[in-house]
Amino acid sequence: MAEFDTPVLKPYPEIPPIEIGAMAHSKPFYAKQDHQQKLGFPGELVDDWQRVAIDKMGELVDNSRALRVFLDSCVKCGACTDKCHYYLGTSDPKNMPVARQDLLRSVYRRYYTLAGKYFPSLVGARDLDQDVLDEWYSYFHQCSQCRRCSVYCPYGIDTAEISMAAREIMDSVGVGQKYCNEIIGKAQTIGNNLGLPEPALVDTLEGLEEDIEDETGVTVRMPLDEKGADILLVTPSADFFAEPHVDGLIGYAKVFHQAGLSWTLSSYASEAANFGMFIGSYDNMQKLALRVREAALELGVKRIVFGECGHAWRVAYNFLNTLAGPFDFLDSNYPVPQHVCEVTYDLIQRNALKLDPSANDDMVLTFHDSCNVSRGSRMGDFEGGQFAIPRAVIKASCNHFYDMPADTIKEATFCCGGGGGLLTDDLVELRVKGSLPRMEALKQVVDDHGVTHLAAICAICKSQFSKILPYYGFEMDQIVSVHQLVSNAIVLGNEQ
Amino acid sequence: MAIELSGKTYETDEEGYLVNLADWNDELASEMAKADGAVLEDNHWEVINFLRDYYEEYQIAPAVRVLTKAVGKKLGKDKGTSKYLYELFPYGPAKQACKYAGLPKPTGCV
Repeated sequence: MAEFDTPVLKPYPEIPPIEIGAMAHSKPFYAKQDHQQKLGFPGELVDDWQRVAIDKMGELVDNSRALRVFLDSCVKCGACTDKCHYYLGTSDPKNMPVARQDLLRSVYRRYYTLAGKYFPSLVGARDLDQDVLDEWYSYFHQCSQCRRCSVYCPYGIDTAEISMAAREIMDSVGVGQKYCNEIIGKAQTIGNNLGLPEPALVDTLEGLEEDIEDETGVTVRMPLDEKGADILLVTPSADFFAEPHVDGLIGYAKVFHQAGLSWTLSSYASEAANFGMFIGSYDNMQKLALRVREAALELGVKRIVFGECGHAWRVAYNFLNTLAGPFDFLDSNYPVPQHVCEVTYDLIQRNALKLDPSANDDMVLTFHDSCNVSRGSRMGDFEGGQFAIPRAVIKASCNHFYDMPADTIKEATFCCGGGGGLLTDDLVELRVKGSLPRMEALKQVVDDHGVTHLAAICAICKSQFSKILPYYGFEMDQIVSVHQLVSNAIVLGNEQ
Repeated sequence: MAIELSGKTYETDEEGYLVNLADWNDELASEMAKADGAVLEDNHWEVINFLRDYYEEYQIAPAVRVLTKAVGKKLGKDKGTSKYLYELFPYGPAKQACKYAGLPKPTGCV
């Protein structure tokens, strides 16, 4: 992998001068034949790929009026140019959202607009050739589908939809990304992104039960496949495997335990993440979502709760009913589905949990809003609940909390740099550079308020920060799970 | 990609992970470490051997906590931390140690 320089943190964010082609070399590994075929895509570039790609594009705009409007309506006003973390971190002008979108839009214009068909050069329309395909592969894997640019677009153009469409077109001609497609295949066969088989899951959960008992003296269970439980918890498989994710999982278990809630995990639906969204594939997204439905029916649960996973919550909150509904067999007194932060928040509101915030006095916290939660979903029954509820949970669990600057949080949050299917080692340069705006905002609260830790509710964000924090002079363990704070603060047992 | 060693060729993926698990041997592990500028010592081997045993039983690498606990039992409690594992395997215990152990790279949001 090529060497690169980590950007320098400046006291104030600056919009960098453009460096043409600065990231033209960046591209992830290609999916292998069997990764592609498992997902129903061609194993390699098909012979008449231009025709297939153009037809696919036509099919996509016919099926989605939104996509057609996004492709037709950009007036190149430039409001999005300095809003993308990948542009701010890499200086490559093709990472300005308008320019990245135009890689697809110029081809759409050539084949699907009157002016482009007859006077292509007058309207910036171009033929689809190998160079264009290569450029798509590079730059549509430099968009984390975070949708920050869309917040500032006066037309509301959703860049993520365009990146998803581009990836779907590429998959349809046999050009897929290894990271996403290998993972989707595993989730569809084994049940989770890691490929963690049931016996390993059983062993891991038993180990965690032992750890909790050793640490607290209280028996807190991690039930798996227990029929008749009230709640099915669907959580990212990283929660079983990685740090600090696992500390969040321990937190959920303690909350359920202390609130007396009956719950279970499922070995069949042992994954909340749904990478089908990242590659824009409805079919693959649906297959993964159906596993959740089947597990809920099989186990006979009354509620479905999702753990800390950003895009999983977007899929769950927005699409689960369309993909795998109706969920009329669940208890309608609870949101279908519900976020674990909502569960904990409700319990806190009802004084049903005793939290001792001084347990986290060794930390000064800030909160990283995850893109897909902030801009793609909601929590609770009030506007902005997705911002207020995680913060309320954190503040109930610790004494020292400071938000990062206002233009870097909530709906204006910056991506961690690894979202949207880019959390892979073959894109480390992009991930490090793309995290620059978040690191600058973090540095500010570190300097101003002595912040020591960043809390998050997304498995991707947590893994990304563990990896990139050291590049910027921080420690890898300065990222924590929100329910890790709850886990530290919760008072278990009956003592009042 | 491939590794050439003692007149034999071992197929690897783009990142140097062995394609065929059965190809693995001690010498190959040391060769992979050498390519990263590392020398495998007894403590590395404890981790590598644990990973291989665990994989044989469960067809997956152990979770970080499972690994730290096992290392703590074997090498002493002070070494049963992810910090210690990162000292041994600076590119990440899950990924780098799996590579030397001839196991596939863990996938997902990790």
